[in-house]
Amino acid sequence: MSLALAVTGTLLVVLSGLPGLLLAKWPRTGQVLSAVLCGLGSLVGLAGAFAALSGVGSADLSFPWLAVGGAWLRLDALSAFFLVPIYLVAALGSLYGLGYWPQSRQAGQAVYLQIFWGLLVGGMALLVLARQGMAFLFGWELMALSAFFLVSTDSERIECRNAGWIYLLATHVCTLTLFVLFVYWRSLTGSFEFSAPAAGRLTTLSTGLLFTLCLLGFGMKAGLMPLHFWLPGAHAVAPSHVSAMMSGVLLTMGVYGFLRMVFLLGPLPPVWGGLVLAAGLASALIGIVLAANQSDLKRLLAYSSVENVGIIFSGIGLAMLGRWFGQPRWVLFGLGGALLHVWNHAGFKPLLFFAAGGVLHAAGTRDLDRLGGLAKHMPFSAALFALGAIAACALPPLNGFISEFILYHGFLEALGDGGKLMALVAVPIIAIVGAVAIVAFVKAFGGGFLGLPRSPAAAVAHEAPLAMRLPMAVLAVVCLLIGLFPDLVLPMLERAMLVLSPAVAGRVRADSFLPPFRLRLVVGLFLAISSLMALWLAGRRRQALAAGTWDCGYARPDSRMQYTASSFSQAFSRVFTWLVRVVTKRPAALPVFPLRAAMDSKVPEPVLDGVLYPAAGRVQDRLVRLRRFQHGLIQSYVLYVLVALFILLATLIPFGRIAELLFPRL
Amino acid sequence: MPNLVNTILVIVLALNLFALGNSRLMSVIRIVSAQGVLLGLLPLVMHGHITIAALLAAGVGIILKAIIIPSMMLRALRDADIKREVEPLIGFLPSIILGALATGFSLLFVTLPGLADEAAVSLVIPTSFATVLVGFILLTTRYKAISQVVGYLVLENGIFIFGLLLVEALPLVVEMGVLLDLFVGIFVISIIVNHINAAFSSLDTRHLVSLKE
Repeated sequence: MSLALAVTGTLLVVLSGLPGLLLAKWPRTGQVLSAVLCGLGSLVGLAGAFAALSGVGSADLSFPWLAVGGAWLRLDALSAFFLVPIYLVAALGSLYGLGYWPQSRQAGQAVYLQIFWGLLVGGMALLVLARQGMAFLFGWELMALSAFFLVSTDSERIECRNAGWIYLLATHVCTLTLFVLFVYWRSLTGSFEFSAPAAGRLTTLSTGLLFTLCLLGFGMKAGLMPLHFWLPGAHAVAPSHVSAMMSGVLLTMGVYGFLRMVFLLGPLPPVWGGLVLAAGLASALIGIVLAANQSDLKRLLAYSSVENVGIIFSGIGLAMLGRWFGQPRWVLFGLGGALLHVWNHAGFKPLLFFAAGGVLHAAGTRDLDRLGGLAKHMPFSAALFALGAIAACALPPLNGFISEFILYHGFLEALGDGGKLMALVAVPIIAIVGAVAIVAFVKAFGGGFLGLPRSPAAAVAHEAPLAMRLPMAVLAVVCLLIGLFPDLVLPMLERAMLVLSPAVAGRVRADSFLPPFRLRLVVGLFLAISSLMALWLAGRRRQALAAGTWDCGYARPDSRMQYTASSFSQAFSRVFTWLVRVVTKRPAALPVFPLRAAMDSKVPEPVLDGVLYPAAGRVQDRLVRLRRFQHGLIQSYVLYVLVALFILLATLIPFGRIAELLFPRL
Repeated sequence: MPNLVNTILVIVLALNLFALGNSRLMSVIRIVSAQGVLLGLLPLVMHGHITIAALLAAGVGIILKAIIIPSMMLRALRDADIKREVEPLIGFLPSIILGALATGFSLLFVTLPGLADEAAVSLVIPTSFATVLVGFILLTTRYKAISQVVGYLVLENGIFIFGLLLVEALPLVVEMGVLLDLFVGIFVISIIVNHINAAFSSLDTRHLVSLKE
């Protein structure tokens, strides 16, 4: 039943691009119908997912295909848990598209966006529902390719094309790794199916190999350091609702695949769990430091996604270590925190990207150093961006706090259970990450929404249209709801965890899993009162006289004399130069009468600019001799095929028999 | 019926050499369409009895390869308004010698492991290989885009002959798939021909080198 609902919903969403395509003459109607179809499909799908999360069972769906065999689709609680964000963001994103990329103005691109939007959702839903490697790969590739087309929607701009190519490259590496993974899985277990292999089928070596393949393939999709290099560029240039989908949902498909496969392998030696934990913590720390150094609003949010994925993976690492050491509480808190953070991240990150899209829509730039003062013109977006930022900083009373609290709790539990070293490393790092996140988001909010506008476009910005505000409001409600009443999601979370680890059965209630109610109440009240006071203060100030501030003795103070977002984070980035390099171009020493001068600073992407581009350049230099074979003449290319064919055919010649015929044995 | 089959196959082999040695584009196209007709007849005579699958393969094959595709090419030739001569990389005589060598090479495969019971039609496999190789020779030694199309057509004919061995064992779908590929390929090439012609005022594929990165 629940699976039928999910499949029906997915099909509706997949087809949702068609009305826009067919009704090209009435672009407005076509796009509205597309959005309605997408929303309807998502609602049906959500119904199926929630049914599965509340324990409604379902039959498998299988297609007869001898080479692949077995059940294809099944909906269990874990799949349903990951389906919920897919459908939620699918519906909200297509609604958002009505305002953000109206078909009446950019007809071709809007139709293109809607079609691939549906396909992207279909791919993700298929891979989450898949019960065997082949179906999973179908979904995975559908998702990867539609995301590529979505990223390069605006293909006339060179940065879009570049980001698209880098993403395509990375995603192909993922897919190839997964091909190897599933083929190897089949050769070891005898089928493509995702079920725990019989005892004795896996050796230590093959388990290690499978794990490494999982970490590479899924880690790259999830954006785990140092495999995250494709992510910031793609998220920055994609249309904002696509960024929201990619950041909030698509990355977690990597998390899903990793959980699904790795937990089938049984308890893994601590070196692997430790590796996942270390990679997660490193992603979290480096990701958020890089985020705080960005001055591009959407790149900042993209790096913050790297940080959140890192937090999710550190929880998974804790759970893996707990499985090996027989500590069900570590599994409970690690897995619970990680899974809940998947939902939370899918709540606040799309919200932030939607708001950022509103900014881009209104002011035409993502550069924080050219924005400013937007809160005055777009109060709604500003308020919701602030809400999302608070959630992303894991502050109460919003949802990010809950999941990070669970993780803290897990690591502190480990402190008493013999995981001292781990806890002493992990807890401070997560704490630093939280602090840096506040810097990053204060920078984003302050630079974008406060102060005076730094460019004429920012000065005339307008509030986002209703179609764009509505999705933000829904997500804000979700964030608040999980933040204030986390008990609501607890049964669903427990069911999803039980799929992976039966050890957590019955512990969710017994082990005071959630932050205590009293703590939430006190902190929530404190924040409510302090924000009321802030509002009151702000309201009182409005009655004050409007007059120029102290102008430092300048004759004509200008809004460009403000602190920019970059200058805000400069002091901070100096502290972290050992971790993240900032390249600053300063003007040479000024002559007596200063000439026109410019200074410029940027943060090179450590993996892409630091490692991959130089390495690729060197490889290209080495391979330059091979260019001789690439004349550009079609005939010679066909000749290569012919030569290969000849060689292959020659192996079939029955030389032995011919020799016998020619030289009969005397 | 092996005699009839073998006769047809020998004619096909001879047509291969004709196609290699002819200097006029129009005649080459006609030769290849004649080859298409002959090959279309093959499934009917091959197994001694006529099945619906064989009829379909024959019908679609003849219509596509002998009528539709040649007329598309002739039309492209007329529209492009170019010199109607084949421009070979190597002379016609060396082409024929190469083709003959390829045919001889293919005769080494009179039998293949696993297909030995089809000995009655022993020329099938060598003809198939020879035709594929001649297709490749046409592809590699001719400069005009139209002759490239002819090369692909001959190549497909070779694959078609091989498919005949399997037409009883394998679903018709495979052959239809190959035909579809070919049709789409030629459709695309016809469009490209027009574009090359518009851009370079000739159909010489050597101009495409300037598109190299």
